[in-house]
Amino acid sequence: MTRTFSQLISIVTPLLLSPLLLGWVNQMRAWLSNRKGPGVLQPYRMLHKLFNKDSVMADTASSLFRFAPYVVFGCMLLANAIIPTLSTDLPLASAADAIALVGLFALARIFISLAAMDIGTAFGTLGARREMLVGFLAEPALLTVLFSASLIGQSTALTTIVEAVVHKHFAIYPSLVFAGMAFILVFLAENARVPVDNPATHLELTMIHEALILEYSGRHLALMEWAASLKLFAYSTLEIALFLPWGIGHEATPTSLLLALPSLALKLTLIGIVLALVETFSAKLRIFRVPEFLATAFLLGVIGMLTHILLGA
Amino acid sequence: MLNMPAIDLVLWVIGAWIALGLLGIVALHRFALVARVLFPLGAVCGLILAFASIRALGSGVVESKQLSLGLPQLPFHLRLDALSAFFLLVIGIASFGISLFAAGYFRAGEGTAPGLLCLEFHFFLASMALVLLADDAYAFMVAWESMALTSYFLVTANHRLPKIRAAGFLYLLIAHIGAIAILLCFGVLQANTGDYTFANMRVQNLSTFWASAAFLLAVFGFGAKAGILPLHVWLPEAHPAAPSPVSALMSGVMLKMAIYGLLRVTFDLLHLHIWWWGVVLLVLGLTTAIFGVVFASVQVEMKRLLAYSSIENIGLLFAAMGLALLFRSYGMNALAALALTACLYHVVGHALFKSLLFLTTGSVLHATGERNLGRLGGLIRFMPWVAWLALIGVLASSGLPPFSGFVSEWLLLQSFLFTPGLPQPFLNMLIPIATASIALTAALAGYAMVKFFGVVFLGQPREEKLSQAHDAGIFEKIGMGWLAVLTIGLGVAPNSVLHLIDPVTKGLVGVGLANKASANGWWLLTPTSIVRASYGPLYFLFGVIGACAIAFVLVRLLYHARLRRSVPWGGGHPWRNSRMQDTAEGYGQPIRQIFEPFFHMDRHLPKPEDTEPEYHVVVTDKFWEGVYMPIARATEYVSAKVGKLQQGRISIYLLYSFITLIVVLLLVPTARR
Repeated sequence: MTRTFSQLISIVTPLLLSPLLLGWVNQMRAWLSNRKGPGVLQPYRMLHKLFNKDSVMADTASSLFRFAPYVVFGCMLLANAIIPTLSTDLPLASAADAIALVGLFALARIFISLAAMDIGTAFGTLGARREMLVGFLAEPALLTVLFSASLIGQSTALTTIVEAVVHKHFAIYPSLVFAGMAFILVFLAENARVPVDNPATHLELTMIHEALILEYSGRHLALMEWAASLKLFAYSTLEIALFLPWGIGHEATPTSLLLALPSLALKLTLIGIVLALVETFSAKLRIFRVPEFLATAFLLGVIGMLTHILLGA
Repeated sequence: MLNMPAIDLVLWVIGAWIALGLLGIVALHRFALVARVLFPLGAVCGLILAFASIRALGSGVVESKQLSLGLPQLPFHLRLDALSAFFLLVIGIASFGISLFAAGYFRAGEGTAPGLLCLEFHFFLASMALVLLADDAYAFMVAWESMALTSYFLVTANHRLPKIRAAGFLYLLIAHIGAIAILLCFGVLQANTGDYTFANMRVQNLSTFWASAAFLLAVFGFGAKAGILPLHVWLPEAHPAAPSPVSALMSGVMLKMAIYGLLRVTFDLLHLHIWWWGVVLLVLGLTTAIFGVVFASVQVEMKRLLAYSSIENIGLLFAAMGLALLFRSYGMNALAALALTACLYHVVGHALFKSLLFLTTGSVLHATGERNLGRLGGLIRFMPWVAWLALIGVLASSGLPPFSGFVSEWLLLQSFLFTPGLPQPFLNMLIPIATASIALTAALAGYAMVKFFGVVFLGQPREEKLSQAHDAGIFEKIGMGWLAVLTIGLGVAPNSVLHLIDPVTKGLVGVGLANKASANGWWLLTPTSIVRASYGPLYFLFGVIGACAIAFVLVRLLYHARLRRSVPWGGGHPWRNSRMQDTAEGYGQPIRQIFEPFFHMDRHLPKPEDTEPEYHVVVTDKFWEGVYMPIARATEYVSAKVGKLQQGRISIYLLYSFITLIVVLLLVPTARR
């Protein structure tokens, strides 16, 4: 019973808190560039507005286009459900390990790209091509990061990895240092953050994520936006689970969940600040430079695995 | 009838296929009879074959038999063990779907008379089944050669086009170079005993040198059939040339016969297993996989794209085999079984989804007459059945959960990850690089598949005539639907498939996975232990569907479901047409840029002052220029020199005889002294 409760909590928390994280990052960015900012609650207002609006759909849209936002949203929700955020005792976690998690992100990406190609405008297909370009480089990089971590825990199950890192005596793993650097690069690319994509513009020369969802409106757009913030949340909690897991509860009792919550909030706040700093201090890369950026991440991940095998740590 | 020994049932099916083929000759031009009766009957035979092989896998009894066919004193030795039964199962289930599709697909005027196609098609099936039953080199080579010849005739079904004839010749050439290597391999394996039965080969104790020679010959021979680098060039030529059901059969099933042959030779016939054999297979496989998927992403013709994707999948199968061999050579049989399971899972998974994808290209080809991606688009509106079925194949082929491709990829990655126990540090360093390249291959496969599906089925039609396209007929729908249902089934019920693979790995490396894998319930796949790794595709499927459904219902309950239709936003430009969509070439552009050293590119860019600007790019394989053309030129050169001997005048030939006679007369007394 408590396990089901803990699972439910770990689904509801991301669902409700993910727009807040996005709002926090945006607010931080505004402050850092000397703007006042719309406040951390802006994403909620945005979602509410979009859900209330009529959905306007291109007359050439097929059923896949209507269907895709739900699939993308569902994938991101499930991804959040299997990442140990508050407790490692998750019934759903056995359904999907780290590799399946990457598969889940890939499934969402493929649906969002296919939906963008469905209307047949120049922007949509351009965005789809770029998204797949980022994806095919970021996905193996993410896998190598997860493999570096799973070599330490001797397991690809996220819960076991977290347990292993938390309960072994404190040590700095050289392989995790490389993996951590690679993960940050993947994090930025996958969430359409600044060096790779700029979430604040609609410039056809550079946009990726905005080009993908250009044809969506109303409730479909709301789901897509919510899914994007869920993805940001999932990557943040994944970073916490792999590299800063201290504080994640072992058991699924309400008290341990309550104890884990403040540490989660603190870590997410920190991640939001770091993300905003990175975005403020770096410039957008040309799209042709993005493969190099991600190849660096991929190679760092591979070096991480090699270090583990060479040093045995 | 159905409770006779499994091997007899298989032989009956083979006999029935041969009989159906012969009936095809009788009904040479009676199209309706061939298409509506003979092909569906062949499909039913496939189902019976699947039934027989499942029974053989369940009973675990090795059955053998002798048929006194062919030469006197040289009967066909036949044997049905778990490995053969598993591959027979692949033939059975895949051919059921493909035969049904073929019943609706072949039209009059395909180039070859329908009865003749029926003959070649069913002989092809029968010879593949016979390859799997063969238990001596003689029967194996006879079946192997009839497989090559029947498929050659099927590839050249539309033989009036010179391009198709050329593709057929290339295929035939490489198939025969491979066959020679296989024959030589059997020659080495029998170790001068003169007895070519597999039973004799199993008991021979070859020295390391000869065992390695046999292994390398087998890799070359079966690799030529499978399309491993650098012997892959026939695949992207032969698959587009063949009619779609034939491409499906060749890519989905025939390539797996090469995998079977290599498994048979390395794990069954050879008693030795040396570690570097595994490395050879691993490196060959990974190079092939990356090469195949990179080329698949830049293709502009749908069947060529799928052919390159087949090369990629064959590469993954070789890599899995190599890993299994590596573990086997160090006596780590449990891990060898894990890698082998991944390999066999992918064999059946790929057989189904690649057949499905080739069949959908057949439907598209019939409905539109176009195979060039640059002239397709938007077909999901006109042929929704084909599009949605193709989407299942595409998702499985991209290795996405919860479809079949993901399970094998997952098992393969698991076997790679838990290897740091290998006793050689060099090998241990190889493993992360191999793992990373598999991850890269899988991700690129997604890219190629999104391109395939997106350009063919999504967007706006790039040609006027596409709006006249019609959906597939009933036979075609059933055939594709069967393959799609099995692809999903394979993805969500991995443990039941593992129970079928179990006897095979027990036979080859002595360990089975199935009991351990389903120890935590039939819905949860745990190949080693639940702490290490687990995957529950059903949870996964219901998780995604449940989340979708809740989102759908909640949005409607809390808000509304209002929808307006309007023209798509054109960015402020008043003129917007379907030519402004991204093209297949455009989709391949980033790949061409990133993997530039892979390609030989011939590109023509328009200049600003051109009145009729033209852009074209032709991407070709460097292996043509680097390997094949030099060999061809050398052959031509040598034959031109030799050809000078032949003047075509009788006096010259008499002169040759005279000179020969003189030389012999001069030599003979010397020898006598």
